Amino acid sequence: MNREKNVNRAVMKKDAMALVTGAPVYTDDLAPKDCLVVKVLRSPHAHALVKTIDTKRASAVPGIACVLTWEDSPACRFTQAGQTYPEPSPYDRRIIDRRLRFVGDVVAIVAGDTEQAVDRALKLIKTEYEVLKPVLDFRKAKDNPVLVHPEEDWKSLCPVGADNKRNLCSSGSESDGDVEAVLKDCDLVIERTYHTKADNQTMMETFRAFTYLDAFGRLNVVASTQIPFHIRRILANALGIPKSAVRVVKPRIGGGFGAKQTGVAEIYPAIVTMKTGRPAKMIYTRYESMIAASPRHEMEVTVRMGLSKEGKVRAVDMYTLSNTGAYGEHGPTTVGLSGHKAIPIYTPEAFRFTYDVVYTNYQSSGAYRGYGATQGLFAVETALNEAAALLGIDPLEIRRKNFLREGQIMPAYYNERLESCHVSQCMEKARAMMDWDKKYPFKDMGNGKVRGVGVGISMQGSGIPCVDVGTVTIRLSDEGHYNMMIGATDMGTGCDTILSQMAADCMDCDVKDIVVSGVDTDVSPYDSGSYASSTTYVTGMAVVKACKELREKIIAQGAELLGIPAKTADFDGACVYAANEDNANDGSASISLKDISTKRMCGSGLALEATVSHSSPTSPPPFMCGMAEVEVDLQTGKIELLEYKAAVDCGTVINPNLARIQAEGGIVQGIGMALFEDINYTDKGRLKENSFMQYKIPARVEIPDLEVEFDSSYEPSGPFGAKSVGEVVMNTPLPAIVQAVYHATGLWFRELPVTPEKVIRGLGKLR
Amino acid sequence: MNLTCSINNKTVSREVAPDMMLLDFLRSQGCYSVKCGCETTNCGLCTVWMNGKPVLSCAVPALRAGGCEITTLEGVREEAEEFGRFLAGEGAEQCGFCSPGFIMNVLAMKRELSNPDDREIREYLAGNLCRCTGYAGQMRAVRKYLEAVGRQEAEKQETEKQEAQKS
Repeated sequence: MNREKNVNRAVMKKDAMALVTGAPVYTDDLAPKDCLVVKVLRSPHAHALVKTIDTKRASAVPGIACVLTWEDSPACRFTQAGQTYPEPSPYDRRIIDRRLRFVGDVVAIVAGDTEQAVDRALKLIKTEYEVLKPVLDFRKAKDNPVLVHPEEDWKSLCPVGADNKRNLCSSGSESDGDVEAVLKDCDLVIERTYHTKADNQTMMETFRAFTYLDAFGRLNVVASTQIPFHIRRILANALGIPKSAVRVVKPRIGGGFGAKQTGVAEIYPAIVTMKTGRPAKMIYTRYESMIAASPRHEMEVTVRMGLSKEGKVRAVDMYTLSNTGAYGEHGPTTVGLSGHKAIPIYTPEAFRFTYDVVYTNYQSSGAYRGYGATQGLFAVETALNEAAALLGIDPLEIRRKNFLREGQIMPAYYNERLESCHVSQCMEKARAMMDWDKKYPFKDMGNGKVRGVGVGISMQGSGIPCVDVGTVTIRLSDEGHYNMMIGATDMGTGCDTILSQMAADCMDCDVKDIVVSGVDTDVSPYDSGSYASSTTYVTGMAVVKACKELREKIIAQGAELLGIPAKTADFDGACVYAANEDNANDGSASISLKDISTKRMCGSGLALEATVSHSSPTSPPPFMCGMAEVEVDLQTGKIELLEYKAAVDCGTVINPNLARIQAEGGIVQGIGMALFEDINYTDKGRLKENSFMQYKIPARVEIPDLEVEFDSSYEPSGPFGAKSVGEVVMNTPLPAIVQAVYHATGLWFRELPVTPEKVIRGLGKLR
Repeated sequence: MNLTCSINNKTVSREVAPDMMLLDFLRSQGCYSVKCGCETTNCGLCTVWMNGKPVLSCAVPALRAGGCEITTLEGVREEAEEFGRFLAGEGAEQCGFCSPGFIMNVLAMKRELSNPDDREIREYLAGNLCRCTGYAGQMRAVRKYLEAVGRQEAEKQETEKQEAQKS
């Protein structure tokens, strides 16, 4: 049968028409109308102890159902990080702790019938604080006499080099070869330090969840989350209840970008429902999503890079200092990516990667698209760009001398063998798209404005090797359609659709014949969740395997009904038939899928269903090259982004439209990080950029038409040859824009964002 | 206080608190397409029409809508689907959370501007933030939609002209 194939086709997202007509499909649209409104009283101090807290007047407000303080909180410590157990993130939180560790930390939880009642009650809680000295400089946090977590019951489950008595969430070192000896032998050694901040994901739907008890007295949680199965464990840990007593359902999600890989909001309605027995909901305000959420880890990355005078990168010595804030969510793992995803690209003979992740009295960091690779790549890529400038070599030429090639072993990347890699093809493609050779390095426009171009390379992973699990159940239903259950979380990215495309090609049917559903932890098969660029690669392979198994069962059942041996039968998506030597229908016997599905529902014992898990021992990296052209006004410092061109190697592109949107969306988040999004605190530790008024994300008027092309390698271990695309696309704008600004102004900016003010100040120094 | 207004061509009359915002009022009346993305009138998610003009419903006190005609995405479903197909045709609805406010503003722009160029489109829609798409896909969808609408109108005019000539 010659059906149109679905993989590599721009199939419309299955939920598209519901979304564009404003259907009520998100968490707050579904919450019961009479549920309690939950809000949180937040600490005004960066570091303090609750001396006394009086909730009598607050509790007496009409309509208030409960006011909870540290005295009501279970004593067990837990982490909100959505990671596979045992989590690398330390168990360092209580739902409400007596010690407050950042401006915004939880002092009390209030639930009531109406928002007005809750707001009134919040004002009537009387708290006396013992204000403590905070740790606000992450460069001085390690071994600081002030401890963020002095408590004895702080616990680290994994050997990640954590020590709460040193303010260390994680630390470590790894190396290959003799870095110092190679550096000594290099013609050029540069040492540079790069600083990126705790940028906020700002998904349009803020954190939210509602909870209720079901007919069995179990805690039901409907949450905007990327990690339903981890939320089940996190809530059970935090509340001290069995995991069997928790059910988590994910409806449509209004964006995540990693923010919702942490259980930021779920615990508050959950504890209220457990205490009161009543449905409850917590809707984070944008303000709360800015000050008490899970932003990117602020990192300061110091790179020592040694090169030959011809431009061969011979050694990389990297030290990353990462600021995890008050709690350790994703602290030990994000730092790893700053080295593992940045050092391998240029194949140094020797490398060393050391790191410290420190506790401070700011909000906890978490997961944000790129997950440390963004920070590490900004440092390594810019260091290479700086070295190229010092050596007088074209930044593309220096990369050509150093690029990874297929078949190479990557010592800085878990010693994995690189099976698929079109990074160099991507760079040549981007070069043509940008017309680099004409524009490099700059053009003086003669009107006080100068244009410059810059380049950045990116790699990421595809899932966490030997850890991430995707499971898919697919079964034949009435009249030949299929129900496919996934535990992976579509957060707008379209995984419900792309996984259906794969299933449709495996089963030789239309995408509309695949009915996909996810996620309900009571019924969906286990999936570690949609993060770490895992869904296409890991869960996608589970789709391929599950479909293969189901096909075999369908053939067996069809052959039985036809009275022929299964090994002489085949299946073309519509019929099981007696096959000739070429597996084609020999015309002697045939039964339709419709008949098979109808017949097995009557007096048949065979469930035509397959459930298969997949986990990958490797994490094949996707690659990308991005190029920026900026125009800098030397009078005002204004930086205008004129063009952004990118070429992506994500292996086989499953859905060109959705992959393109991933790339464009990631690029613009990277542009935001490079040019606009800033994080600053008062000397008391209060975040200044706490709303969209101050925290400026890119708007339409600042973004030119982007151009993205694909140059696909074929990844043999991936479904249909695919790798990941979700995160690799975040990373190139940072180094590319910084280099473009350098070419226009002669100034290197090693702290982001690059603002007009910084440009003007820098130019003033030059003169 | 009493609020009487028209929501999507249906008259409603309700008691509302003086500090209630139009956004919350509309959601309480079942218009769940209206979303809240910030509290500072920066994101455009809550865009609805008041007497045909786009407003940010998070910044309009509900009582201000007294006697007005309010239109939400639920009230322009057919047009939303028509443009929505272009948006989804690019994969540019993504998470969809900003789509209702964005689409309300696109449809308002279609009524207000004739043949807008890229700069005019960007400026008209500048207040509609989106974190998923990077805007490029949305721009492709808007251009294709306006082209299609332009074609339809030209065809309609042509048919009308021919019919007028016949009669």
